[in-house]
Amino acid sequence: MTSTLIRPASAPPQPAPRARLTRRQRLSRFDVKASPYLYIAPFFVLFGLTGLFPLVYTLVVSLHDWQLLQGQGDFVGLANFAAVLQDRFFWNSIGNTLSIFVLSTVPQLLVALVIAAVLDQNLRAKTFWRMSVLLPYIVSPVAVALIFSSVFNEQSGLVNNLLGVVGIEPIDWKQDTLASHVAIATMVNWRWTGYNALILLAAMQSVPRDLHEAAAIDGAGAVRRFLSVTLPGIRPTFVFVLITATIGGLQIFAEPRLFDVTTAGGVGGSDRQFQTSVLYLWEMAFFRQNFGEAAAIAWLLFLLIVGIGLINFLLSRRIASAESAVRRRRDRSKGARR
Amino acid sequence: MSAATLPVPTASAAPEAPRRRRRGLGNRPGFLVYGLLTAFVLGSSYPLWWSFVVASGSNATRAETLPLIPGENFVRNALTVLDAVPFWLAVGNSLIVASVITLSVVTFGTLAGYAFAKLRFKGRDGLMVSVIATMAIPTQLGIIPLFISMRQLGWTGELGAIIVPMLVTAFGVFFMRQYLVDVIPDELIEAARMDGANQIRTFLHVAVPAARPAMAILGLFTFMLAWTDYLWPLIVAPQNPTLQVALSQLQSGYYVDYSVVLAGAVLASLPLLVLFVVAGRQLIGGIMQGAVKG
Repeated sequence: MTSTLIRPASAPPQPAPRARLTRRQRLSRFDVKASPYLYIAPFFVLFGLTGLFPLVYTLVVSLHDWQLLQGQGDFVGLANFAAVLQDRFFWNSIGNTLSIFVLSTVPQLLVALVIAAVLDQNLRAKTFWRMSVLLPYIVSPVAVALIFSSVFNEQSGLVNNLLGVVGIEPIDWKQDTLASHVAIATMVNWRWTGYNALILLAAMQSVPRDLHEAAAIDGAGAVRRFLSVTLPGIRPTFVFVLITATIGGLQIFAEPRLFDVTTAGGVGGSDRQFQTSVLYLWEMAFFRQNFGEAAAIAWLLFLLIVGIGLINFLLSRRIASAESAVRRRRDRSKGARR
Repeated sequence: MSAATLPVPTASAAPEAPRRRRRGLGNRPGFLVYGLLTAFVLGSSYPLWWSFVVASGSNATRAETLPLIPGENFVRNALTVLDAVPFWLAVGNSLIVASVITLSVVTFGTLAGYAFAKLRFKGRDGLMVSVIATMAIPTQLGIIPLFISMRQLGWTGELGAIIVPMLVTAFGVFFMRQYLVDVIPDELIEAARMDGANQIRTFLHVAVPAARPAMAILGLFTFMLAWTDYLWPLIVAPQNPTLQVALSQLQSGYYVDYSVVLAGAVLASLPLLVLFVVAGRQLIGGIMQGAVKG
């Protein structure tokens, strides 16, 4: 540190030894080396503490007899997992979750695709239409659940009123299993269709225009162009939307919790006919106060979500490679003809 | 903590200008397209309007087939909501919770995103991969140990307990990284260093100004996510409710007055509706910009 002070100003310039950096230089070097780690540290520390640690610790809890009030009990090995896997309510909740997931994902993405294709036209007042489509997204899931709990009410709910007009008998939206799944899927679809349509719209707009033009010159109509130019072009985005919808769709909570609170305190219907897995996890932990089994449910659900996500991913990769193989073959035969 | 995710941004999103030419192929669409779109928009906004109509009427309004005209009871029903649940406390709580979370996610996301995008350090790529991998993890499933920890700390019922688990998101880091990697030229950082700026000054005076648009979008979506979150606040602080928790408490009990419940739903939706009117374009831009990724 003192070296800068001692060195006379008029000293002949000589090569400074490597170690004798000035304080300033050393500081600067330290700054360059350490800063990146300092910048990423808050994220990793906080994420480790609040994201990763709880997930790992869930495994610890699931291996113990652990009650809400008494706290940690004996180590029980996989007994909690065994209990959960033999629990018909657990399988019921998995079945409900998957059923609601399919009912919400498939129509949602199909409609989003259509809306995106419509928005991709040369519309007047683009921003107006885009905002209109997105409107339901700003309503919170809790508010959505309250609104649709009323819309689907058996006595004088909006849907049954409208069905009455066309002469259909009222449907037991909150009692019947399939009907309740449709109702809950409707809530999810209502909130997310416009959002996903906008994502797909952006992807459609990035498909190169000359591909469309070439197809048009070859005589392909609008529908044909949509199927063989647009759809392949937006596939990566479509997969992204699908995976996001999977992660979200398998964790539905607010909608079934609030769909029919008057019966059974909001655990998913009088007969658990629309109890999803996260709802069951919540019931197990905070109603039955069995943290051990609840943690086991959490881990099984975690595996299910990761598993389905992987299947989605692999399936879409399969389709992608199959498609490009077909295209390559087609190109080759075209080339041979020429 | 909710499962919704934003798509990934790239600074090189398709520019609007060449699109005009692109559309030269198809002319202005016909009535069919507008008709379809109008039907969809009317259908999807009607439940909201219907909520307002019922909320401004009485429970009997619901019996009407397709009520269109609001009644006069909205204020009365809204006052009933304010009596039934601690509404203003809940709004205040939600504002605090969502603001702190937004500030934190954006700050730490930008810091880490900048480091990953523009600084060179050992282990960078591996760490970035770990960030991406954690994005797909449903952290919501860690609620049981989180609850145990919060109780041991004596934090249950405190806003801090709601906030802390949501202070950072892997998505925030990824989002900022994707944006900054293209938007800041390396020469600019080099120049700042030549001028004698240390790392933090470079960050504050070069990276942050460039990152501002992405920070705004990340902030907008983080705020919405925090504002609408339900499961964790319900578990850890039901007696000190956020707006969503208070709203859900409207529907307890055996008799449900739907005009009051829906008045609550409408009231609770107003803040985000205002946000939507003010920042709707940015919201759309954020969703759409993010979708175009390689």
